[in-house]
Amino acid sequence: MAQRAPIAKSDDVAVRFKAVTKRFNKIVALHEVSLAVKRGEFMTLLGPSGCGKTTLLNLAAGFFSPDGGEILIDGERVNDVPTYKREIGMMFQNYALFPHMTVAGNVAYGLRVRHVPKNESDRRVGEALALVKLTGLEDRKPRQLSGGQQQRVALARALVINPTVLLLDEPFSALDKNLRTSMQVELREIQRKLGVTTIFVTHDQSEALSLSDRLAVMLEGRVRQLGTPEEIYRRPCDRFVASFVGDANVLRGRLDRIDGAHVVAIGALLGVATSAPVDLYVRPEHLKVTEASEPCARRGTIVAQVYQGGHVDLFVECMDSSRERLLVRSAGHEAMTRWPVGAQVGISIGTDEGVAFAVV
Amino acid sequence: MPRSAYQRLLGFCGKLAVLLILGFLVLPAAVVTIAAFNDKAILSFPPQAWSLRWFARAIAYQDFRDGFRNGLIVTVWSSTIALVVGAMFAFVLDRYRFRLKTAIEGILLSPLVIPHFTVGLGFLILAAQIGWTRTYAVVIVCHVVLVLPFVLRSVYVSLRNLDQSYELAAASLGAPPLRVLLTITLPLLLPGLVSGWLFAAILSFNEFTASLFVTAQRTQTLPVAMYNYVREFADPSMAALSVMYIVGTAGLIAFANAFLGLGKVLNIEQSR
Repeated sequence: MAQRAPIAKSDDVAVRFKAVTKRFNKIVALHEVSLAVKRGEFMTLLGPSGCGKTTLLNLAAGFFSPDGGEILIDGERVNDVPTYKREIGMMFQNYALFPHMTVAGNVAYGLRVRHVPKNESDRRVGEALALVKLTGLEDRKPRQLSGGQQQRVALARALVINPTVLLLDEPFSALDKNLRTSMQVELREIQRKLGVTTIFVTHDQSEALSLSDRLAVMLEGRVRQLGTPEEIYRRPCDRFVASFVGDANVLRGRLDRIDGAHVVAIGALLGVATSAPVDLYVRPEHLKVTEASEPCARRGTIVAQVYQGGHVDLFVECMDSSRERLLVRSAGHEAMTRWPVGAQVGISIGTDEGVAFAVV
Repeated sequence: MPRSAYQRLLGFCGKLAVLLILGFLVLPAAVVTIAAFNDKAILSFPPQAWSLRWFARAIAYQDFRDGFRNGLIVTVWSSTIALVVGAMFAFVLDRYRFRLKTAIEGILLSPLVIPHFTVGLGFLILAAQIGWTRTYAVVIVCHVVLVLPFVLRSVYVSLRNLDQSYELAAASLGAPPLRVLLTITLPLLLPGLVSGWLFAAILSFNEFTASLFVTAQRTQTLPVAMYNYVREFADPSMAALSVMYIVGTAGLIAFANAFLGLGKVLNIEQSR
């Protein structure tokens, strides 16, 4: 994956969560979460359902207030500032377009509330609709639009007020796959063009990897790892992140020596005696299928092939007692004919690309 | 697939049963409607000769005219008050958590526990205490109590079906709470409010049992006037009035349907 150029022009922070805690009755949804979103940054909160990512977003929106800690927008403490004074733009999972207003009425709502004069309002609504390529649909009602169009209206409505921060709550989950991909590209383009700080909530790891400047992987009310998509993918800090983001094979082995190659791996392995058992997490594209006769890390049998267009996923069942299944991703389509189901093969590991965790 | 004779018989019986039930439901209205056009001065069935004179008499009869006017006054006031009070109650019940919530919900939503004559008698006693027996106020208050649960339920159901993200979206766009209420919540609740008002109005206009206790000669509503009439006369003008009742109610519902859609008014359709 190519390194992204850092896009935040300065280091200043648009949204800051300081040790934010939130409880619902007795359930703790967030445990002292701290997170700083830089100006102009596209920050993704990624995690399984119930991890607290939506709670964090709703706290930024001000739909409820935290039980502990502070939230700052533009350096100003907003714990007690109601939603309508926060200058945020929010896109909801179901878009929440006002059904009794036209497209133009929906987009103009935030401007009317701010008493923007009619001619300026009209101009800005026109610009916002042009930005999301909906010019000409001003007089439609939301229910007359397709899902993708509704989403564009929701985006235009959130952006037209020039919000300090744009909050997106799983906006793509209702779209079918093709439309989703094109909307993602478009959203990212618009976000870059306007340079608007964005917090994006999703449980879809591939969406998170492809869109974000940085992402925070969350579990059980805590941020487990914060980093660029590349850092998260290549250097996950724990087993959860390694298996939640991207596919991973887990290989049980013994620690031979630590030679200082991988900071994270060593961090996780500090204090582990050599020859102690460790689990090595390896991405499927870093495993290689070889002839069974060649030297290799594991030997096994191909049990399934899944053709994915650009690559082939091979499932290999190991011959040793563990019977573990490995996923090997092979670019191109040669693997389809070269390694048929039932073939005896060897698996070799690109040793640079793996992260080991001590077995506890 | 060819159906056996047994299946066809079963299908026929099913349709017949549905027709019979439907027929039974409209039977009284049909009989009364036919009787209303009877030329004779008795409520006989079927009529020998036809006439519209009982309609003319019903319209011209002073007690009925007064009753109609009183009924309108009481209905409009009571269902409007019930709408406002009921909507506020529904809001509080839907949006806030507090002690005894379920108990209050139970009381407000169960109108069938207290019989109408008990409500009427209760208000008669209270009105006598403060010398209000001849006023519209007591009739209106009594009707408010009777129709409130229906309004409350209608608004409550609409509120429940209202997706809260509309209000959150409006707030995120900078609208203060009152503005959200006026520009988002109320317009989206309109079908529920209209249906609640309509139910209340129809119930109030037709209410008889409690009204019999709380109305006086000066304030008697149409059903009470009809009861007093039928104690002295037995001519088809009652039937003629019934026909006008049915036509009026149907017209009201058709009117609401034309503007809001029947599905929405009756809360059949899930709000979008």
